Amino acid sequence: MNAFGDITLAHYIVLGAILFCIAVAGFFINRKNVILLLMCIELMLLAVNTNFVAFSRFLGDVSGQVFVFFILTVAAAEAAIGLAILVVLFRNRATINVSELDDLKG
Amino acid sequence: MSISLILFYVFSAVLIASALGVIGVKNSVHAALLLVLCFFTSAALWLLLQAEFLAIALVLVYVGAVMVLFLFVVMMLDVKTEPLREGFIRYLPVGVVVALVMLGEMVGLIGVKAMRFPAPPDPGGASNTAWLGNALFSQFLLPFEIAAVILTVAVIAAVMLTLRHRTNTKQQNPSAQVAVQARDRIRIVKMASSVRPEASP
Repeated sequence: MNAFGDITLAHYIVLGAILFCIAVAGFFINRKNVILLLMCIELMLLAVNTNFVAFSRFLGDVSGQVFVFFILTVAAAEAAIGLAILVVLFRNRATINVSELDDLKG
Repeated sequence: MSISLILFYVFSAVLIASALGVIGVKNSVHAALLLVLCFFTSAALWLLLQAEFLAIALVLVYVGAVMVLFLFVVMMLDVKTEPLREGFIRYLPVGVVVALVMLGEMVGLIGVKAMRFPAPPDPGGASNTAWLGNALFSQFLLPFEIAAVILTVAVIAAVMLTLRHRTNTKQQNPSAQVAVQARDRIRIVKMASSVRPEASP
């Protein structure tokens, strides 16, 4: 047994899968609240990042961790712009209820 | 059972419990704080994977910046949560069923028994940061630069989206302040110098 212990790749992938599914369930049950939807997106990205890091470690390939680096960058940009859009939306409509944002319905 | 496996199970339990809390609690501020706990626990799990740089980056970027931004926005928007919660019970069974089916499919695909190969010795040698940095600044230099451009675009876009000009407040225009010139401020009037009339003897 090396210093890493007896954690296998499957442990991390199952953890990522559980986290991803929790985020999907959050999408279903919080479908009115835009802020919570953004948080669920962050949870999904976290699950995917965990998978990337685990594969990178267990396969000995640095590309996975580099990819996580870029995902963190893009996710930070996405959160900033998404929250800015949310602020503008709330300023214009005074609501963040998804079911009231149906102007494009035609 | 080694100490790292015990730690893995403890961290995983905390992570899953806090993720369930994020999607379940009523208060958005509580959800944001639980999401902070999620990120921090994930950083600990990544440390178990010997990905030190990314773990620290996760804490710095997410806990330090993104989640603070979330908390600002949640507290700034005066949101009434009651209408946002309607349908919570109605959609709960669908959400749980979809999540469980997806989880079953994914775990089935993973084939829990099939991937029990032990971790190779740390390929990065002594420092994970050096390992990552060598790849980032040689093989992935162009994507690194593009990531910088993306961040710049995001900053400008976020500022431009939320900037608004109020009409009833006094404000400064820095561009006009810088571009001001001397002739805008003072006016030099040419006047004929008056001649004092000679006193008659």
